[in-house]
Amino acid sequence: MSILIQQDRCNGCGLCARSCPYQALEMLDKKATWLEDRCTLCGACLESCKVGALSGEIPTREAPDFREYRGVWVFVERQGSGFHRSAFELLGCARGLADFLGEDVSSIMLGADSDDKGFNELISRGADQCIAVNHPALGQYRTCSYTHALTHLVLKHRPSILLIPATTIGRDLAPRLARRLKLGLTADCTRLAIDPQERVLLQTRPAFGGNIMATIVTRYSRPQTATVRPGVMKPLDIDSTRKGVIVFEDVNLPDSVDVTKILECVMNIESATNLSEAGIIVAGGRPICSEQGMSVLKEFAEAIGAEVACTRVVVEEGFMSTDRQVGQTGQTVRPEIYFACGISGAVQHRAGMDGSRYIVAINRDPDAPIFEIADVAVVADIYQILPILTRTIKDYKGLSITC
Amino acid sequence: MKLVVLIKQIPNTSNVRIDPKTGNLVREGVTSIMNPEDRHALEAALSIKDHFNAVVDVISMGPPQAIEVICEGLAMGADKGILLTDRAFAGADTWATSTALGNAIRKNGPFDLILAGRQAIDGDTAQIGPQIAEFLGIPQITCVSALELSDGKVVANRIIENGCERIETPLPALVTCLASLNEPRYPTVGRILDSVLESTPIEIWNAADIGVKAQEVGLAGSLTQVLKTFTPKGGRETQYLEGTPSDIASGIVQFFVDRQVRLGE
Ligand SMILES: Cc1cc2nc3c(=O)[nH]c(=O)nc-3n(C[C@H](O)[C@H](O)[C@H](O)COP(=O)(O)OP(=O)(O)OC[C@H]3O[C@@H](n4cnc5c(N)ncnc54)[C@H](O)[C@@H]3O)c2cc1C
Ligand SMILES: Cc1cc2nc3c(=O)[nH]c(=O)nc-3n(C[C@H](O)[C@H](O)[C@H](O)COP(=O)(O)OP(=O)(O)OC[C@H]3O[C@@H](n4cnc5c(N)ncnc54)[C@H](O)[C@@H]3O)c2cc1C
Repeated sequence: MSILIQQDRCNGCGLCARSCPYQALEMLDKKATWLEDRCTLCGACLESCKVGALSGEIPTREAPDFREYRGVWVFVERQGSGFHRSAFELLGCARGLADFLGEDVSSIMLGADSDDKGFNELISRGADQCIAVNHPALGQYRTCSYTHALTHLVLKHRPSILLIPATTIGRDLAPRLARRLKLGLTADCTRLAIDPQERVLLQTRPAFGGNIMATIVTRYSRPQTATVRPGVMKPLDIDSTRKGVIVFEDVNLPDSVDVTKILECVMNIESATNLSEAGIIVAGGRPICSEQGMSVLKEFAEAIGAEVACTRVVVEEGFMSTDRQVGQTGQTVRPEIYFACGISGAVQHRAGMDGSRYIVAINRDPDAPIFEIADVAVVADIYQILPILTRTIKDYKGLSITC
Repeated sequence: MKLVVLIKQIPNTSNVRIDPKTGNLVREGVTSIMNPEDRHALEAALSIKDHFNAVVDVISMGPPQAIEVICEGLAMGADKGILLTDRAFAGADTWATSTALGNAIRKNGPFDLILAGRQAIDGDTAQIGPQIAEFLGIPQITCVSALELSDGKVVANRIIENGCERIETPLPALVTCLASLNEPRYPTVGRILDSVLESTPIEIWNAADIGVKAQEVGLAGSLTQVLKTFTPKGGRETQYLEGTPSDIASGIVQFFVDRQVRLGE
């Protein structure tokens, strides 16, 4: 990997020096000289020499042989004594991929005191193998401790696919891990599939706030690693006849691995609403500014499993806190479903929500601008629609099976 | 104290276009702005500078026109700007982007704190911050909504699902900032004029300047490849639901059942 100049052939014309974008070729005593330090091996000079004095080899890239990498891994996130909902969603998705490839699904759990009850749940939801590390330093998520432990497991077992939930933890961990292991990483995927010919993972994700979808492959590194948006993949139904094995691994984790300290952790406080992770958002505008309005909105949100949010007007009227304001001066959200209830659809509001997968707008004014970006438009009074919708959802959930 | 702020120039979201051949975004002829969260990262650095004896450098990687965000950063109060621009950097995934930015930060010399946005609203990956922290071997705190510096330490509030953590870490470190962190200041007129002068402290670096090979950066150095890009659907096709309130309610539920979107937990 270098540039060679045959001094006896060089006629000192200087064409090569002019072709180099980096001043890595210089004319010294009427002969071309290569400055290795500045050369980026871009190859721009190779065609420039008319007398055949300059030659070089530019490295080409070949996809390595990854056949020994096998297995679909899911990093499962714990929540309290149970699991974050993404754990079962990712296992369900991993199961489909693994069946197609003829490989196994493994759940990876890091913690201080994981017990068997949890493992059975993971197995009944699709895992063939549960790999767990118990270590006092893994009780709470910290970037470098988790990266260290996961690095150890990946290097030891060499999976072909690694799925991590696109939660605040997953999106903190995955890029750190990917950089350490020299892995390509696809962010926040909403669809995963295997290419039948090449047998690589097709990772589809929204970018540009959902205006563009991209399908991405990882050809030069393994495991093929992706974070997966919560609320999108479907979990499998619990099947308690499923069998699986449980493997405890030891990891050497000295204190020096992680220098951060968690001083305090406050859960479920109003000021820490994380709307950007919500799968469904029920947002209200000016007409919900009353006690009755708030309770109608909240009941609906609860029935459908959503976070509530609002326009700036509602914050100004004191009915919700700032961290629930969506828009240019509030939060940017991109849930699967955004219910806009009594929201006119000002550009400043739309800036924060037009990347939502589906938008349902309910407004009594047929000319409200919100309808321009709605998938489902309902021209009606929210007070006539929301209570009935709440009931319909509750009834429907009573009957529903997999949706 | 030395603070480094990473700022990205992004096309204005409303008019994105994709090059059908490369699958990359067409940036020519599109109006550009500084990524919103990067403005908050810069504000955080500048308010540290207001209280401590600090120097603030802004770094951006992008096409030559990205010098605009560097000038904007200087006009807000940064002391120096570095623009990484080179054809070899084009088409980079986050692995290759963090390689370029990481090497540039290293070349720029010792620092105490690096501030980035949590997420750029075009690429949307939120991966650059943690990848650069790993490249440099320093601790990271992502999704920061409050920040304090004292005796070689940073204490930050990190927003997590359903809560907030207070995290302490020694410097040097990297933080990624949320919009709720602060209210960014406006550039002053005098500084705007200064930022376009010949003598403005802006350095322009290419691949050779930061000591990387062409194959390590840009499309050639990327580990992921975009196979195809597509628009989810030609805008939104609005479906109007009519009838009695209960017809409408069933219509809404049916809409999502048809599309296999889950309702409820
Ligand atoms: C610099 C700047 C930044 C801003 N940032 C933000 C921001 O971040 N977020 C934000 O939201 N706004 C922001 N705004 C404000 C924005 O311009 C709008 O004023 C605001 O979004 C309007 O809120 P709204 O839709 O609740 O109220 P309105 O515009 O008053 O709309 C209320 C709607 O409810 C409908 N309605 C009333 N009663 C009923 C009923 N019973 N049933 C059904 N429909 C009903 C009406 O037809 C109307 O369309 C910003 C403004 C500026 C200038
Ligand atoms: C449609 C599409 C999808 C993509 N998907 C992926 C993917 O899944 N995985 C992947 O690896 N790459 C992906 N890329 C490439 C990725 O967008 C680029 O690598 C980009 O340079 C950095 O990623 P980001 O915009 O997501 O930055 P983020 O990680 O979201 O940015 C976070 C912060 O890092 C700083 N920063 C980021 N870029 C720069 C810069 N150029 N200069 C200065 N500071 C900066 C800013 O402070 C910013 O706020 C995709 C690109 C496109 C067009």
